[in-house]
Amino acid sequence: MQGLLHFLLRFLVPLICAVIIVAVVPLVAGYIVLMERKVMADMQARLGPMRVGPHGLLQPIADAVKLLLKEDIIPEEADKLIFWIAPLISVTTAMLAMSALAIGPWFQIADLNVGLLFIVGIGALGIFGIVLGGWSSNSHYSLLGALRSAAQLVSYETAAGMAIVGGLLLAGTLSTREIIQAQNDYGVWFGFAAPVGFFVYLVASIAETNRAPFDLPEAESELVAGYMTEYSGFRWALYFLAEYTNMVVVASIATTLFLGGWLRPFAGTPAFNFLDYAPSVLMLAVGAYCFYRAPKQPVKVQQLFMMVVGLGLLLVAVVLALPLTSMVNNMVPGLKAGLHGAFWFLLKVGLYLYVFMWLRFTFPRYRFDQLMRLGWQFLIPLSIINVMGIGVALALHRHWGWSNWTAFPLTTVVTLLIAGWLGWAGEKKDKQHVFVGEI
Amino acid sequence: MADQRTPVATHADQTVLGADEIILNMGPQHPSTHGVLRVKLRLDGEKVIGSECIIGYLHRGVEKIAEHRTYQQFAPYVDRMDYVAAVSNGLGYCEAVEKLLGAEAPPRARVIRTILTELQRIASHLFWLGTHALDIGALTPLFYCLREREEILKIFEKYCGARLTTHAFRIGGLQYEAYDTLEKDVERFCKPFDKRVDEYEALLTGNRIWVGRTKGIGILTAKEAIDYGASGPVLRGSGVKWDIRKAMPYAAYDQYKFEIPTGKNGDTFDRYIVRLEEMRQSRLICLQAIENIPAGPIMGKVGKVLKPPPGEVYHSIEAPKGELGYYIVSDATTQPYRVRIRPPSFINLEAFDKMIRGHLVADVVAIIGTLDIVLGEVDR
Repeated sequence: MQGLLHFLLRFLVPLICAVIIVAVVPLVAGYIVLMERKVMADMQARLGPMRVGPHGLLQPIADAVKLLLKEDIIPEEADKLIFWIAPLISVTTAMLAMSALAIGPWFQIADLNVGLLFIVGIGALGIFGIVLGGWSSNSHYSLLGALRSAAQLVSYETAAGMAIVGGLLLAGTLSTREIIQAQNDYGVWFGFAAPVGFFVYLVASIAETNRAPFDLPEAESELVAGYMTEYSGFRWALYFLAEYTNMVVVASIATTLFLGGWLRPFAGTPAFNFLDYAPSVLMLAVGAYCFYRAPKQPVKVQQLFMMVVGLGLLLVAVVLALPLTSMVNNMVPGLKAGLHGAFWFLLKVGLYLYVFMWLRFTFPRYRFDQLMRLGWQFLIPLSIINVMGIGVALALHRHWGWSNWTAFPLTTVVTLLIAGWLGWAGEKKDKQHVFVGEI
Repeated sequence: MADQRTPVATHADQTVLGADEIILNMGPQHPSTHGVLRVKLRLDGEKVIGSECIIGYLHRGVEKIAEHRTYQQFAPYVDRMDYVAAVSNGLGYCEAVEKLLGAEAPPRARVIRTILTELQRIASHLFWLGTHALDIGALTPLFYCLREREEILKIFEKYCGARLTTHAFRIGGLQYEAYDTLEKDVERFCKPFDKRVDEYEALLTGNRIWVGRTKGIGILTAKEAIDYGASGPVLRGSGVKWDIRKAMPYAAYDQYKFEIPTGKNGDTFDRYIVRLEEMRQSRLICLQAIENIPAGPIMGKVGKVLKPPPGEVYHSIEAPKGELGYYIVSDATTQPYRVRIRPPSFINLEAFDKMIRGHLVADVVAIIGTLDIVLGEVDR
C-alpha cells in the first residue's frame, strides 16, 4: 500500500500535469489569440471578434475547427519529410519547455535542478522548426524568413541568457522552485533588485518569440508570412501554437525569475495579508460584471452563456476563498499555497503577455540591420554589464557587509549610466555610418 | 520545369545572376505592393541591388474607352483611376473639358468643388498614412485614419449618394446642389481634425523605430525629383516648392490662403511630414471655404450636347498624389478624338529603382508606400 502511494505520488501526479499541459495549452494559446485580438481592438477603437459566442468567447474554438478542416497543402517542390516534421519540432520543444515550469507550488511536472537551463535550452531548439520549415518550403520568402529568424535568435538568445544569468546570480540556483523561494527569502522580487536585467530580458524575449516590433521572420508586409508562407491548415496552426506557447514560456520564465513567481505581492509582510483576499475579490468582481452585462446581450443564447461564464467565475472565487477559512486549511494543508500560487503566477504571466501585446500594437517594425545593431551593440553589452553589476553588489553585500538597500540601487544606477552612455555612443556611431545606397 | 527557373535579368547588361544573388518576385499578389504592382528584386542577401517594376495587371484601357464615349459619358470612368481620390480625378477632367469648351463653372460650383476636393485630399492622405504605417509595421494608425476617412466619405455620401467613386461633378458645374448642412458637416469634421493629426504624430513622428525606418530611406534630391518628373508630395518632400494650386490656380484656390509644405532631405520621413502638413493645410482651406459659399447657379451654360470646337487642351490639377493632367483633343464631334492622362502615380513610380538601390528588402515596402501609388491610376 505504501509502495503504491509512493508510486502514485512519484509518477502519476507529474503524468496528470503533463496531460493537462498537452491538453490545455492549445486551448490557452487559442484564448491568448482572442485576448490579443480584443486588446488590439481596444487600442484601435473597434470591438474585435463579437460573433461567435458572447463577445467572441468561442472564437478560438471556431478558428481551431476551421484550421483542422482546411486543405493541407504541401508545395510540389518542397522537401516533404522536413516540411512535415518542421512544425512538429517547433510545437514539441515549446511544450517540452513548459514541463519544468512551476505554476504554483503544486503544479509542476518535473522539478529539475537545472530547470531554467533546461527551459532555455529546449526553447532555443525550437528555432530548428522555423529554419527547417523555411528551408524545406523551397520559397524565397520562407527562406528569407528562416534566415532572419536564425540570426535573430542567435543574437537575442545571448542577451536573454545573460539577463537570466543576472537573476541566477541572485538566486544561486537553477531550480525554478528554489529561485522563487530565494525571492521569498530576499523579501524582494529580482525584477526590482535587477531592473536592468529584467528590461533586457523583456526586450530579448519579445525578439526571441518573433513578436512585433521584432517580428521580422514573419513580417507580413515584407515577407508575406515569412517562414510560414507555404504552410496552410493545421500545420500552420501548429506554428501558431508554438509561437503562443513560447510566449507563455518566456512570460513564465520572466515571472519566475523577475516577478516572484507564485508569490503574492509583499509575501513576507504580514501587514499586507489582506491581499490574500484579492484573488477572490477580483474573480467576484469579474463574475458580477458578467451578470451585469448579461441582460444587455442581444441574443437569448448569449445572455445565458454570459450568465454561465459569470457563475463559473463566482465558483472560482468561492474555491479561491475556501482555503482562507481555517477549517479547510486544516483539512488540506497547502491548498491555499497551491491555489493562490497558481492564481498569482497566471496573473503575472497574463500581465506580461499584455505588455507584449501593448508593444506590438504601438510600435512599427524594426529593420533587420537595426535589429542586429540593437542586439549586439546595446542589449548584449548591457546584459554583461548588468551581470557584473549584480556580482559587484553581491560582493559588497557579502564581503564588505553593505546593506542590500544601498548595494543594489548603487549598482543599478551605475548600470543605467553605462546604458545611457552605450545608447549615446551607438547613436553617434549611427550618424557616422548613414546607410546610403551606393550601388 | 528547368526553363521556369532560368534567372530573370533585372538589367539588360546583366543576364546572369551572381553566385550569391537571388531574384525575389514581389507581387502582384503581395500584401504591401498596394494593389497589383509586381516588383522583381535582385537581392544580395537582403540588400536590393536592382529592381524592376512590372505594371499592367490592372490595365483597363481607360484612355481608349474615352474615344468611344461622349464627354459626359466618360466622366465616371476617370473616378476609377485613382479610386482613393475619385473626386480629384473628376475635377481635373471636368475642368479640362470646360477649358476645351471655353466655358466656366459658376463661382458657387467652384467653391463647392474646392471643398470636396480638399476633403478628398485629406481622405487620400489618411488612407496613405494608415497603409504606409501598416507597411512599416505600425498596426494601429490605420484604424484611426480610417475612422476619420469614414467621416469624409459620409459627407460625400450625403452630397451625391456615392462614397468611393463619386462622380461628384459635372462638366460645367455641379449636378447636385449642396445639401443643407454641408457647411456644418465639414466644419464638424475640420474643427477637431488638427488634433487628430497630432494623434497620428504622437504615434509615429517621435518614435525611434519610425524615424529609423524612414529617415535616410529612399532619398530623392531636388534635381533628381525634377528629372524624374515627380510631382506632388514626392517632389515637395525633396524641397521643391511646386504646387499647381498656387502656380496655376484652378477651381477657387486663388481665394484662399494656405502654405506649401516642403521637406529638406527628400527621404521617406520628409515626405511623411509633408503629407501630414498638407492635411492640416487642406483643413484650413476647407474652413476658409465654408465661411463664404457664394449663392447663385451651380451649372454654367454648356448645353446638353457637348461639341467642343476642334483643338486640343492640357489641364492639370494638384491631385493628392501629384500633378494629374488631362490632354484632350477634340475633332468637333461629341466624342473626344484622344484623351491622354498624366497620372502622378505612374510617373512617381519611375523613381522607385533609383530610391531602392542599396537598401534592404524591408525598405521596399516603405518606399512603395512613400510614393503613394494607386495601381488603378498607374495602369489606367
